[in-house]
Amino acid sequence: MTTTVYLEALGLLGPGLCDWPQAAPLLAQGGWQASDVPMPAPQRLPAAERRRAGAVVKLSIAVADQACTAAGCDPLQLATVFSSSSGDGANCHALCETLAGTDRLVSPTRFTNSVHNAPAGYWHIATQSRAPSTSLCAHDASFASGLLEAAVQVVAWQRPVLLVAADVPYPEPLHAVRPLTAPFGVAMLLAPQRGARSLAALTPTLAPASAAVDGCDDAGLEALRVGVPAARSLPLLQALARGGTHTAVLDHLPGCPLQVDVVAL
Amino acid sequence: MKRIVPVPVTAYTLATALGKGRDVHAEALRAGRSGLAAKPFETVELPTWIGEVPGVDAQPLPPALAAFECRNNRLAWQALQADGFDAQVRAAAARWGAHRVGVFLGTSTSGILQTELAYRRRDAATGALPADFHYAETHNTYSVAAFARALLGLTGPAAVLSTACSSSAKVFGQAQRMIALGLIDAALVGGVDSLCLTTLYGFHSLELLSPDVCRPWDAGRHGLSLGEAGAFALLERTAPAGAVPQGLLLGCGESSDGHHMSSPHPEGLGAAEAMQAALAQAGLQAADIDYVNLHGTATPNNDQAEDLAVSAVFGAVPCSSTKGATGHTLGAAGAVEAALSLLSLREQWIPAGLHVRQRDPSLHANYQTTGRTARLRHVASNSFGFGGSNTCLVFGEVTQ
Repeated sequence: MTTTVYLEALGLLGPGLCDWPQAAPLLAQGGWQASDVPMPAPQRLPAAERRRAGAVVKLSIAVADQACTAAGCDPLQLATVFSSSSGDGANCHALCETLAGTDRLVSPTRFTNSVHNAPAGYWHIATQSRAPSTSLCAHDASFASGLLEAAVQVVAWQRPVLLVAADVPYPEPLHAVRPLTAPFGVAMLLAPQRGARSLAALTPTLAPASAAVDGCDDAGLEALRVGVPAARSLPLLQALARGGTHTAVLDHLPGCPLQVDVVAL
Repeated sequence: MKRIVPVPVTAYTLATALGKGRDVHAEALRAGRSGLAAKPFETVELPTWIGEVPGVDAQPLPPALAAFECRNNRLAWQALQADGFDAQVRAAAARWGAHRVGVFLGTSTSGILQTELAYRRRDAATGALPADFHYAETHNTYSVAAFARALLGLTGPAAVLSTACSSSAKVFGQAQRMIALGLIDAALVGGVDSLCLTTLYGFHSLELLSPDVCRPWDAGRHGLSLGEAGAFALLERTAPAGAVPQGLLLGCGESSDGHHMSSPHPEGLGAAEAMQAALAQAGLQAADIDYVNLHGTATPNNDQAEDLAVSAVFGAVPCSSTKGATGHTLGAAGAVEAALSLLSLREQWIPAGLHVRQRDPSLHANYQTTGRTARLRHVASNSFGFGGSNTCLVFGEVTQ
């Protein structure tokens, strides 16, 4: 059975990348330069949840919002796949510090936020969506794993799925053992049928172990790709930005690269 | 949600506080035995009961996989070896090709205990973590799947699904979809979560830990008892020639609450939708379900919301929670209770919900406090998690 899905809209936030309309020409033609990543407050969230949301939640909701706005899509019925290599690293660090101390008085909010599916939980609270949601992790392969899972859901369920992949650097001392170089988030709204707004047809397949993984020609973008798991999406984003027909081989698990055939529509 | 093609469960196993392997668990369910005890864990002396798997630290990992050393992966390894399960996965890899076998596991806290311990040994001058701390192999949420993939020589797609306490129920759906689409022919699915300070102190901070043994559906229930477990199943496109599958995966219904991060929807709306979706995938009516293994954590709110949802969807179908026996094993609970549901089918036995002194009169589901023989053809298993994540699995017996 084919795994072809239709890309309806994108959200993107990372160094020098504010959203898809701003990023696309830079990714297609060059000229990208790194800059700090602004972390917008998630207006969609109720005030109590907004106060509690950590950076990875804010980043995830920001790119998810971008994609839904671009597609003119009501997220109420939208199934979601959230992918992150590390979740909320600052929250994890704070919990571990507290637990290494003497009183071990853990904050209930910190504990609640420690679940890997916190971005999904906050998103579904914000959108009041009772649609299915998956949150997953595959270390450096988290983006490709998330894309594969989202595409499989779209085809199996014949319904749209919003993929959100987001990573935020750890504070020290975890940063030293897992140095993620920048915040990076990408969202893709995928649909089972071609529609008036479809940007491209994407067909992910498992490539032979020998398939060479694509990198980025631009040294800065390549450093970003290697430095953040969610930025392993960059070869696919560049293929989309350039238009036409491309094959992007994405970094996935050892022995199992993910090939994505891209046809611009 | 359309009907799915049933997927044979060709092998399964588990390790919980009750012991290791299927037969120990079958005996415990029949005897109404609990693995919970009021005792400390590591340096934690909270007033609570825990379901600790005995001897987790007694057996180091194989030397080639020493970087994966942590309680979570040791527990995974002990569970994988129970019932000769690892040999069955290797045989499936030989049959289908290692690249055609996926690995989809659930966890909530991965090897966080290793990180908690490392934070006690930070360099006094620099704050650095000790050099023997292996982030990717122990801390990262994916680490248990990386371990299983390396141990068993599997090269197909893999991921760790982490939606708190529904994690290792959802992996059954993930594998079913990949098999249905032809991306893989078989999958190792399951869940592993091990005791740690984060969850013990975390649930304590939310006032959700019971000072007493957990008592699902009891009028005086005061919260959950934490447990740890590893549970695994092997799903295959078809069973090997001559072999009879242990059961059939008929449905995996999923939904979200969209209500609150740590409290269920008060009327169980999302939970009910997951149960209905599972029935639709299975092509069954509620009356076709002979037993429901409840999420049944024994927190006042969780049991109340689940009771409403189960009563609305399944009416008077017999149900019970097995968490009084195993404790709440969090990210492993979905796979543990899938395994116990498959055991219920094998044994044709409805397990008792343990530790009920006085049934909560405000709960209306047909909760079973005494184990008994029953004709079981189809069983359902509920799993719900923080973030409002709901899953219901439906399994069926194999008819010859």
